[in-house]
Amino acid sequence: MANLALRSLTKSYGSTEVLHGISLDVSDGEFVVFVGPSGCGKSTTLRLIAGLEETTSGIIEIGDREVNNLEPKERDIAMVFQNYAIYPHMSVKKNIAFGLRSSKMPKADKEKRIQEVAGILDMTELLDRKPSQLSGGQRQRVAIGRAMVRDPAVFLFDEPLSNLDAQLRTQMRLEIKRLHQRVGSTIIFVTHDQVEAMTMADRIVIMKDGHIQQVGTPSEVYHKPANTFVARFIGAPSMNLLPASMSGEMICLTGGRQVEVTLKELPSGKDVLVGVRPDDLLPDDVNPVISGKVTVLEPLGPETLIYVETASGEIIAEADGRSPPRVGDTVNLGAGPEHLHVFDAKTGEALT
Amino acid sequence: MNPALLGLVTIIVGVGGCLGYFYFSNLILDKFIFPAKGPNAGVNINRANQVRPWLFLFPAIFALGLYLAYPVFETLRLSMTDRTQNDAFVGLANYQQMFGESKFWEAMRNNMLWLIVVPAASTAFGLLVAQLTDRISWGAAAKSLIFMPMAISFVGASVIFKLIYDTRPEDQNQIGVLNAIWLQFEGGAGSVIFLKVLPLIMVLAFGVIVAYVGYLLIKPFITADEKPGGLGIIAVRIIGIAVAAWLVITSIGSLFGIVATDLPYGEPQTWLTIPFYNNFFLMVVLIWIQTGFAMVILSAALRGIPEETIEAAVIDGANPFQIFFKIKVPQIMPTIVVVWTTITLTVLKVFDIVFAMTNGQWETQVLANYMFDKLFRANDWGVGSASAIIIMLLVSPILVWNVYNARKEMR
Repeated sequence: MANLALRSLTKSYGSTEVLHGISLDVSDGEFVVFVGPSGCGKSTTLRLIAGLEETTSGIIEIGDREVNNLEPKERDIAMVFQNYAIYPHMSVKKNIAFGLRSSKMPKADKEKRIQEVAGILDMTELLDRKPSQLSGGQRQRVAIGRAMVRDPAVFLFDEPLSNLDAQLRTQMRLEIKRLHQRVGSTIIFVTHDQVEAMTMADRIVIMKDGHIQQVGTPSEVYHKPANTFVARFIGAPSMNLLPASMSGEMICLTGGRQVEVTLKELPSGKDVLVGVRPDDLLPDDVNPVISGKVTVLEPLGPETLIYVETASGEIIAEADGRSPPRVGDTVNLGAGPEHLHVFDAKTGEALT
Repeated sequence: MNPALLGLVTIIVGVGGCLGYFYFSNLILDKFIFPAKGPNAGVNINRANQVRPWLFLFPAIFALGLYLAYPVFETLRLSMTDRTQNDAFVGLANYQQMFGESKFWEAMRNNMLWLIVVPAASTAFGLLVAQLTDRISWGAAAKSLIFMPMAISFVGASVIFKLIYDTRPEDQNQIGVLNAIWLQFEGGAGSVIFLKVLPLIMVLAFGVIVAYVGYLLIKPFITADEKPGGLGIIAVRIIGIAVAAWLVITSIGSLFGIVATDLPYGEPQTWLTIPFYNNFFLMVVLIWIQTGFAMVILSAALRGIPEETIEAAVIDGANPFQIFFKIKVPQIMPTIVVVWTTITLTVLKVFDIVFAMTNGQWETQVLANYMFDKLFRANDWGVGSASAIIIMLLVSPILVWNVYNARKEMR
C-alpha cells in the first residue's frame, strides 16, 4: 500500500500532445476515479502509471519512489482491463497464479494466497474452470482476483465494468467498493460513466482533452463545479446553462428577469452563464426565475422531468410526480439563489 | 485453329455451357416438371425448391464422383489384380510383394522423415518470421519476400535448388552456391567453428529441447501434484516419451559423429548423392516453399490475439519469451495445429521435388514417387495401386483431423 503522485505528466504521440501536464496526489488507501468523455486521456494516464506506455515528460511516484524507468512488474501495481484480459487457455486457478509465478514465495504459501483470494471473491468452486465456461461477471472477478493475488501497492482499473450488463454493473460496483473497504489499498479507477464515478470514488478527477478540469469529492464536484464542462458532465440530466449578462451587481437573464447572486470574482466581460440543476429548478409562481411552455414530460415516478421551451432555449426542470403540468402549459420556474451557479461565458470558469 | 482463338472458344463454350445448364435446367424444372400454376401450384413451388439445390450441386458432385470417388475404388480393385495374369484377382499378393521390397521400406522411412522434419521446420520458421516481422516497419516487405516461393511450382523450385546443389569438376568455377561456399573452407579455424562447433551447438540445443519436452511429458508420472490425464493422453505421452528418448539418443550419437568425421575439404561435393543427408537437401525445397504459407496464416492468428492479454502478462511480470510461449503460442495453438496438419498432407503427397531432383535415387525414394515408378515405369498396376492405397490410408486420418480442427477454428 502506498501513495501515488503524478508531477506535470505529459504524453505525446509523435508531435501530438495528448496529455498536457497532469499533476495529482493520491494518498494511501484512497479510491480515485478518473472520469471524462472518450479521448480525454484518462486511459492514457492509467497506462502511463502502469508502465505500458512511456511518459514524455514528468514524474510518476509510487510510494515515494520514482518509477518512470521501471518495468511494469517492478512498479508494484496490478491492473484490471476492460475486456478482462483473462488468459483463455488457462484455468481460473492458473490465471490467478500467473502473477505469482515469478515471486519467490514457497509453493504452499502461493496456494494459500490463491485460496484466500478465491474466498474473498467468492469463486472457490470456479478455480478449475476454463474462462470460456464463465459468465461476464465471473470473468471480471477472475481478473480482479489476478490483480489481488499479488497484493500490489496500487490497483489500476481500466473501465472494468463497461462490458457488463446494467444490473451486473451495479452489483460489481458495490462489490469493488466493498473490496476496497476490506483490502484498503490505493485504487485508481477509470470510467466514462459519471454515475460510477459519483458512487464509488473518494475523490473524482474530471478530465477533458488531456487537462484535469477538477479534482474533488463527489459532493464537491456536484455542488461546486469548477467550470461549465464539469457542471454539464456530472449529474444526470445535466445542468441547465442559461445565457445572462451583468448589469452592475445584478444578473439579467435573457427574457428580462433579474437574479441576485453573490460572486466571488467578477467576469472578464459582461456575459455570464447561469447554471441550475433540473432538480433545483421547480415550478414556482411566487418568485420565478424563468418561464416557458412545457414541450415534453418524462415521468420517473417520484418526480417528473419537464422540458420547457423558454426565451433561453430548452431547459429541463423537475415537477412533482403526482400533479405534473401538462404538455402545452406555461409554467413559471424558480430556484433558490443558493442553487444558482454563475460561470464566465468566455472562459467557462465558475464565479460563485 | 490459332491457339488463342481455340482458348477463346473454349472459354465461351465452357462458361456458356455452365450458364446454359443452370438456366435451362431451372427452366425445365419450373415450367414442365413442377409448374407453378394449376391446382398444385403451392406444392409444386415447394417441391421445385427442394430439388433446386441438387440441380446446382449436380455438376460438382458428378465431377468429384468421376475424378475422385470412382478412382479410389478402381485403385482398390486394381491393387488386388495382376496384369500379367490377365487381370486376375490375386487378393493381397501385390501388398505382400510390395512389403517384401526394400525400396518400399526406404520410401516409407524417408516419408516418415519428411513427415517429422518438414511440417515442424515450416511451422517453426513460419511462426518465428510471423512474430519477428509483426512490429517492424519493413515487416510487410520481408513477409512478401518470404511468401513469394509459394508462387513457384514445386518443379520450378526444384530446378532452382538443383542449381544451388550443382557440382562442377574441381578445376572449374563452381556454379552451385553450396559448393562455392564449401570450397571456402579449407580446414582452418573458421572451418572448425562453422562445421564442427556450430553443428555441435545446434545438435546439443536440439537434444536439450527434446529432452526437456520429454521431461515435461514424463513429469506427471513421477511427481504427485499433476495428473497424467486420461488413458488416451497417457498413450500419447508414452509415445511422445519414446520418440523423445530416441531423438535424444540419436542426437548424442550425432555429437560423436560430428567430432569424429573427417571432412573432405577442398573437394566439390555432389550433394544429392550423399545418402541420408540428401533427403534433407530435398526437404529444404519444400520448407522454403511452405514457410511462406505457415507465416501468413500464423501472422494473422498472432494479430488476432487480444492485445490486453499480452499487456496483462507484461504487468504480471512475464518476459518476452514467456509472453511468446506461455501467452501467445497457446492462444494460437488451434491454428498451429491446422497449419501443421495442412503441411503434413502436402508432405505425404510429395512427388514433384523428388521426381525432379533425384528421382528416388541415392536412397531418397518417397511413396508418391515409388507409386509413379511402379505404375508408369514398371507398368505394374497392381503394386502401383497398392502403394497408392497405402498413401491414401496415411493421408486420410490426418485429413479428417485437419478438417475437424479447421471447422472448430472457424466456429
